[in-house]
Formats: sequence, C-alpha cells, structure tokens
Amino acid sequence: MYRNQYDSEIVTFSPTGRIHQVEYAMEAVKQGGSGVALKSNKFAVVVSLKRSSSELGSYQKKLFVVDDHIGILISGLTADARVLCNYMRNESANYKYVYESDIRVERLVTKVADKSQVHTQRYGRRPYGVGLLVAGYDQLGAHIFQTCPSGNFYDYKAISIGSRSQSAKTYLEKNFEGFATCTLEQLILHGLRALRETIPNNDTGLNSKNVSIGVVGENYPFTLIEEEATLPYLNMLESDEPVEMQVN
Amino acid sequence: MNVLKLTPFPTQDKEKPLNHGRFEPYVDNGGTVLSVAGKDYCVVAGDTRMSDGGYGIQTRKYTKIFQLTNKCVIATSGMQADTLALQKKLKVMLDHYQKENGKVMSTPAIAQFLSNTLYYKRFFPYYTFNLIAGIDEEGEGCIWTYDAVGSHEKVKYSSQGSGNQLVIPLLDNQVAKFNQLLPEGPKDVPLDQVVSFVKDAITSAGERDIYTGDYADIVVIDKHGVRWEKFELKLD
Repeated sequence: MYRNQYDSEIVTFSPTGRIHQVEYAMEAVKQGGSGVALKSNKFAVVVSLKRSSSELGSYQKKLFVVDDHIGILISGLTADARVLCNYMRNESANYKYVYESDIRVERLVTKVADKSQVHTQRYGRRPYGVGLLVAGYDQLGAHIFQTCPSGNFYDYKAISIGSRSQSAKTYLEKNFEGFATCTLEQLILHGLRALRETIPNNDTGLNSKNVSIGVVGENYPFTLIEEEATLPYLNMLESDEPVEMQVN
Repeated sequence: MNVLKLTPFPTQDKEKPLNHGRFEPYVDNGGTVLSVAGKDYCVVAGDTRMSDGGYGIQTRKYTKIFQLTNKCVIATSGMQADTLALQKKLKVMLDHYQKENGKVMSTPAIAQFLSNTLYYKRFFPYYTFNLIAGIDEEGEGCIWTYDAVGSHEKVKYSSQGSGNQLVIPLLDNQVAKFNQLLPEGPKDVPLDQVVSFVKDAITSAGERDIYTGDYADIVVIDKHGVRWEKFELKLD
C-alpha cells in the first residue's frame, strides 16, 4: 500500500470514499499466522497454524474458548485479540446469567462488530488490528463467522485468514460442497489439508507443536485439541491420499 | 349532674389505614442440609421441601444442593430465592476463573470465594446458610460451613437449616465421638456406612422438624466424581 494524503487519521475519508486507516488495520490481519474455519451440518471446526518468535520460544496461542458453544481463532495483533476475547466471554456469560440460555452466535458476533465500528469513527482511537474466525453452534446449527477491524462481519461455509490464506481458500472452494455431510474426522482433515496449503515450501510442515484444532458442535462443547492430541489427525493426514469423499 | 355518656366509636380510627408495616425482604423456606467428610469422600444430604415460611408447602421437590465442579457441591438452606441468586453468581465466577486460569477452581478456593461473596453483601445479606462439601487438591474430603455473612470454618461434618439443632448433636456424638460414656476407638468408616448414617440423620430430622421432609438428595463426592441419589422421607 502506498502512502496517501488522506490516511493519517481515522476520521478522514479519502476522495474515493475509503478510510485508509481501516484498510491498514486489515493489513495487520493479513500478516497474521494463518487459520482455517469450516463447518458441516453438525460441527464447526477451526484449525490454526501457530508461529513462534524463535526456536527458543513457545508457539503463540491462536485459539480461545469463549463459551461452551463458541470458540475463536485470531489473526493479527494478539493483544487486541485478547481484549476482544474477554469482551466476548463477558457478554456471553452475562447473557447466560440473565436469560439462562446460550447466546446466539450471530448476536455475539454483531456485538463484537459494533464494538469494532466505534473505533473506526472516533478521533484518537485506532481500530482493533485483529480478525476473528468465530466457530459456534446454537439452535440454528453450526456457524462460521469472520470479523474485521472495519466492523463488518461475514457468515461463511468455510474461510481462511492470515498470511498465504489464498491457497487455503482455493482448496476450500474446490471442496466445500461436500462439507455439510462430512463426519467430524473428515472435516478436521479437510481443515488440515487447507492449512497445509498455506505453509511455504521451505518450512517444516504441520506438526503437533504448530497446529491447534478447535471443535464445537451438537452436544459437543467447544474443545481445544492441541499438542499430542493432534497427532492422530496429523498421522491420518500423512497416510491419506487426496480426498476420498465419503458421505455418512 | 354527671351523666354516663357513651362516647361514639371514634370515627378517625376507622378511617386510618391498617398498618401494613415495612416490606419484608426475607422469608425462610426451611429445610435441612447436612454433610459428613470421610478420608477421600464427602456425603451430603439435603431435603427437598420448600415451605412458605408458615405451615404451607410450596413444593416437595426443590433441591437445595447445587454442583459447582466435579469435586465440589454447595448445599444451602434458608431463603431459596437468595440461594438461587448466589448459585448463579458462583457459577459465573467459576466459569470465568476457569477460562482465565485454564483450570477448574479448587474446593478450598471456592470456599474462600463464597465467603468473600457473602461478605460483599454484609449490609443486605443473602439469607442463606451454606455448606460447601468436596474433595480438596490432595484428594481428602473437606467441608466448610458458613453463616449468612461469610464467616466460615473448615470442619469434618456440619449441618444447616431448620433441622440443624436436631442433627448437629447427633453428628457431634457419632462422627466426632463427643460425650460418649463408652468411647469407641477411632476407625475408618467405610463409605456405605456413612451414607447409611447420613440417611438416618436426615430421616430423624424429618420426624421432628415440620419444615424437613418429602424427599432428600443424597450426594456422594469422591475421586470418581459426584453421584446423586434420591431418598424418600415422610410427606407429613
């Protein structure tokens, strides 16, 4: 992106009707580590590629539990993501306290989006530099949403964000038609395959240290699958030939 | 001449409205809860009768015991409206703690947290008489007993509620072995014997206390988790 005259303040439109600061914020999301989210009729799955700052360091957490029926994958500024995650947890817990039932996923995502929008219209405040992939299950079924620093949110069947996510999107576009009837296992494998596309060739590949998986579904509270628990799926990935679409 | 005159009934008093008094925010729904801790288990009993504060029964099937974690339950007598509000508050905080700290809140931590929560409302208390029973981090059975504003103590047995005065002497004598003329030696009592004893204790409370009866929940907490059993008491 090139420097423009109209990009130094959030409160200034450009002559073409864009707010550059918001777009720059979305750049932060694109630079983040990649993640893939996809859903079937009964489950929503998020798969993430964790990064570490060096060999000495640990891998940055990317998946967070928001409530029993909702989890998120973050891409971008982790600190901003934590704030939004806490906000989502509080709103979800508050709703549960008042109404004794789970908040609908779209409703929570709308709240996050509305909160993000405020930061695109107030002088002195910057947008949140993080995009969330929200995976949830409520009375209306499984959901995947993406939120943006701009305050927009989108409902998806499958999506990926972060660096090199276009390759993952290509895989998802080719295969998404069969997702609805996939078993949980197949869904996770699809997610891992899509994620694998985002790794640059010179890198190590998917292993139990840099992959984490989150699953939520019917009678299945949001659960994180990390470290050793990911091994069965990674092994299946190794031994698998390209997509045998089994309908259950 | 003094004439005995009948004065007319003062009309002013007739027109004065009845003195309703202040709004009374508390009611005691009655009932008894008790608990005995063993070496690596806890047994809790709570009757399920809810009264209206007088001679009426609002329901026979309202449980006074609430499970907080896989290792801890809270049993409460007193005003059930406050009990429900308190349980909801605890649950939210427990979930919050779990997400923040990545682990389930330990029973001693819950015990302290309940005390703080109760004291927070020192000047408009929860009308609740609580009992926390569970397994601590070492796997030992433990019980904390509370007053309405959070004063608490870790004990090996306790009871609360309308039948408290009937049950507590029994527990003193049989569990702590106080005041026994022919003292028995200390022995490790097996779980099923303790359950049996607890059932006897709550049955006895039901016999003499009008607010205790109908059914009782018998809850056992041990390393395998929390097990519930329903036990019948007298309906009178």
